[in-house]
Amino acid sequence: MTAYIVRRLFATLPVMAVVALFVFFLLRFAPGDPAAIIAGEDATAEAISAVRAKLGLDRPMVEQFVVWTSQLLRGDMGVSIFSNLPVTRLISQRLEPTVALTLSTLFVAVAMAIPIGVLAAWKARKLVDRLVMGFAVLGFAMPVFVLAYILIYFFAVKWQLLPVQGYQPIKEGLWPFVQSLILPSMALGITYMALIARTTRASMLEVLAQDYMRTANSKGLATNRVLLLHALKNAAVPIVTVIGIGIALLISGVVITETVFNIPGLGRLTVDAVLKRDYPVVQGLILVFAGAKVLVNLIIDISYAFLDPRIRY
Amino acid sequence: MFKRIFAGALALAVPFVAGPALAQEKVLKAVMHADVRVIDPIWTTQTIANIHGALIYDTLFGNNADQKPQPQMVGKYEVSPDRLTYTFTLRDGLKFHDGSPVTTKDVIASLKRWGAKDGVGQRLMGFVTKMEPVDDKTFTMVLRAPYGMVLESLGKTSSSIPAIMREKDALTDPQQQVKEAVGSGPYMFAKDQWVPGSKAVYLKNKDYQPRTEPPSSFAGAKVPGVDRIELVWISDPQTAMSALINGEIDFYEAPTNDFLPLLEKARGVKLMKTGKIDSTQGFIRLNHLQPPFDNVKARQAMYYLINQEDFLRAIVGDPKYYKVCPALLTCGGPYESAGGREWMKEYNPKKALQLLKEAGYKGEPITVLSATDHATITPATQVLIQAMREAGINVDAQSMDWGSVVSRRAKKDPPAQGGWNIFVTTSGGVGSANPVLHTWIGAACDKGLFGWPCDAKIEELRNAFGMAQTEEERKKIANDLQARAMEQVVYIPFGQWDTPLAYRADRIDGIVPNTGLAVLWGITKK
Repeated sequence: MTAYIVRRLFATLPVMAVVALFVFFLLRFAPGDPAAIIAGEDATAEAISAVRAKLGLDRPMVEQFVVWTSQLLRGDMGVSIFSNLPVTRLISQRLEPTVALTLSTLFVAVAMAIPIGVLAAWKARKLVDRLVMGFAVLGFAMPVFVLAYILIYFFAVKWQLLPVQGYQPIKEGLWPFVQSLILPSMALGITYMALIARTTRASMLEVLAQDYMRTANSKGLATNRVLLLHALKNAAVPIVTVIGIGIALLISGVVITETVFNIPGLGRLTVDAVLKRDYPVVQGLILVFAGAKVLVNLIIDISYAFLDPRIRY
Repeated sequence: MFKRIFAGALALAVPFVAGPALAQEKVLKAVMHADVRVIDPIWTTQTIANIHGALIYDTLFGNNADQKPQPQMVGKYEVSPDRLTYTFTLRDGLKFHDGSPVTTKDVIASLKRWGAKDGVGQRLMGFVTKMEPVDDKTFTMVLRAPYGMVLESLGKTSSSIPAIMREKDALTDPQQQVKEAVGSGPYMFAKDQWVPGSKAVYLKNKDYQPRTEPPSSFAGAKVPGVDRIELVWISDPQTAMSALINGEIDFYEAPTNDFLPLLEKARGVKLMKTGKIDSTQGFIRLNHLQPPFDNVKARQAMYYLINQEDFLRAIVGDPKYYKVCPALLTCGGPYESAGGREWMKEYNPKKALQLLKEAGYKGEPITVLSATDHATITPATQVLIQAMREAGINVDAQSMDWGSVVSRRAKKDPPAQGGWNIFVTTSGGVGSANPVLHTWIGAACDKGLFGWPCDAKIEELRNAFGMAQTEEERKKIANDLQARAMEQVVYIPFGQWDTPLAYRADRIDGIVPNTGLAVLWGITKK
C-alpha cells in the first residue's frame, strides 16, 4: 500500500506539469489583455503598451513561461498583476471559505442522501421510493442559483432569520460561522444530495438482491442491522466514489454559490481573475485545483481497500 | 408557525455559540460598483481605484458640486498679474498617515507623476515650465502661457485625481503601481485587512484636520464620520440589493436600474441622486482609421440609425431616470450647448444605408465588438446591431466579455486581422461636462483614445477653451467645439441616464452632495 501511495504521488508530477503547460499557454492564446484593463477606460493605446511593457507581458511567450516555471519550482506562484499581492496569499485568504462551504455542503448532502437512498432501496417501487426519487430528480434538475434566490427570499429577506450574504470566519465565533453557511450549503447540497441518493439507492438495490442478504434476513436479523451493517457497507464503494467526485467538483465548482451568497472563496477568485486576465492568479488556482483533484482521487482509491478487503494495490 | 419555531431554536442556540462581541466602533459597509484591486489611483484610471484614492489621499484643490475649484490642502494661493505664476501655500496640520508632515517636495513629486500619466494632467503639464519649492509649505508653478484650467485640473473629481503622495511613493515610475498606500486623507488604508475581490477596509485618520467650510463634493470639510469603512464587493446585483434591504450593508453606490422600483418600495431604503450632472452618457465609437468609417460621410450616416429612446428604454426602462440628449457635452451641465444637435434629428435606417453606399460602402462586414457581460453596454450594443441589420448593413457581431472588448479596441489593425469598426461604451457625466476633462471628445489622432479621430480644429478649440478667460468665451467655444465634433462624428451619443445611489436612511446620515467620484467621508452612522 505504501509503495502504491508513493507511486501515485510521484505520478502527480507529470500531471501537474501538463496542467501548468496547458494553463499557461491557453491563457496567453485567449483574447484579452490585463494591461488594457489596468490602464482603465480613458487610457490611450500608448499608455496600455507602456503598462504591458512594465509587466513584462510584451516579452516572448516562451520566455514568460520559463520565468514562471522557474519561480514555481522555487515555490513561488508569483504576484497578482492587479493587486501586487502574492498569489499564495490570495489563495490562502480564500481557502477557508471554500473548504468550509465544501465540507458543510457535503455534510448536508451525505446526511440527507444516504438515509433517503437506503430508504428508497428498502421500499423500492413503493410510494416512498417514488417520492424520494421524485425529490431527488427535482433537486438535481433545479439550478443552484434558482434555489439560492428562493432560499434567500424566504429565509433572509422575508423572515430575516439568516443573512443574505457574506462569510464569517470560524474565528469570529461558531454561530456566525454556521449562520453564514446554512443557506449556501442547503442550496448547493440539494444537487449533491440527489446525486448521492440515487447512487445509494442503485447500489443498495444491487446488494439487497444478493444471496447473503436473503440469508441475513432468513436468520431473523433486525432490518436496521441488515440494511446498515450488511447492505450499506457492501454498497459503499460506488457511494464513496460519488462523494469523492463531489468533493473534487465542489472545490472548484462552487462559483455560482459563492457569487450568489457573496462568499469570498476560490471559485469567485477564479472567475474574477479570469475576467480580469490576472494570469498569475489563474495559473496558481488551476494548479491548486488540479492538485486537489489528484489528492482526492488518491484518497478515494485508498479508501476502497478499507471498504472492500478484496481490493489490493 | 415554522418561522416562530426556527427563530426560537436560533434564539436558544445563539448564547451558546455566538462569537466575541463586536467592538462598539461605527462601521460603514458600502457596496461599490467594482472591487478594489489596484491601490494606485495614478497607475490606473479605474474609477474604483480613484474612489479608494480619494479616501486616503488629499488633493491641493477640490472641485465642489458645481465643479468650481476650492482650496483643499492649499491654505492660500496667488496668481501673478500675467497669469503665468501660481504660488501655493499648504495649510497647517497636514500629515501623512505615517506621521510625517506633508511638504512641497511631496506635492511637486506627486503632481509630476500625475502629470505624466493622467490626460488632464498631461495637458496641464504641457503649460507648466517648472515647479519649485519656496520652502516646505510654499511652492510655485510657472506656465509658458496663461491656462484657464489650472485650478479645475488640480481639483478634478474624476479619474485620475491628482493625489498627493509621499515623495518616496510619488517617485515610483508612473507605469508601475506604488507598493504602499499612505496618504494624508481622512481615512487610512488597512492593507493587512484587504482581501482583493472581496473587501477593502479604511480606518478613520484621527489626526486629519478637515477644513471648516461645509462639504461639497471634493471641496470643504472632509470629516471622517465613521471609525471604519468597509468597501464590500458583492458581484451579484440581486444579492447586493437583498443585502441592503436586509440591513447587512448601509450604502449601495450603483444599483442596477432593473432593481430601482424594488428599492424605491423597500422600507428604510432611500435613493439619492447626489449631484446635478452626475449621470452616465452612452455612446458609439467608430474606428476612424478603417473603412468605411475613415470617410466622414459614412460616419455621419450612422446618426440616422440612432433613436435614443430605443437605447434608453433597453438600458434603463423608467423615463424618470433617463434623458434624451443628442449632444456630446453633458445635458444639464454648465456647457450644455445646441451645437451640432441637428445631426440627430431623424431616425431613418434607409437613409443611413443610402448615405453609407454614397460613401463607398459595398456591403462589407462591419465588425461590432459586442460585450456580453455589461449591464448597460450589452443591451445598448444589441439595439445598435438590430438597427444596423434593419438598415441592411452587413454586421459582424463579435461577442466577447468586456475584458476582451477593452483589449481588442486598442488594436488599430483592419477588422479582419483582429481590429474593429464599432464598439459601444459609456462616459461619466461629470467628465463629459467639460471640454478639457472630456477626453472622448478629443481628436488627437494616434495620441487620442480608441477610434483615433483626427481633427486639428477640434484640438485647437479644446486648447482655446483651456485658455479662455471668461465664462462667456468658454460657452461660445464649447458650442463651436460640440458642433465641430458632431460634424466629424468623434462619437455618437445615445442618451444620458442617472443611477441614483441607494442607502439605509434609518442607519446613515450626512451623504455629501457630490459630482464625480463617490464621496464617503462625511457619512455618519445613526
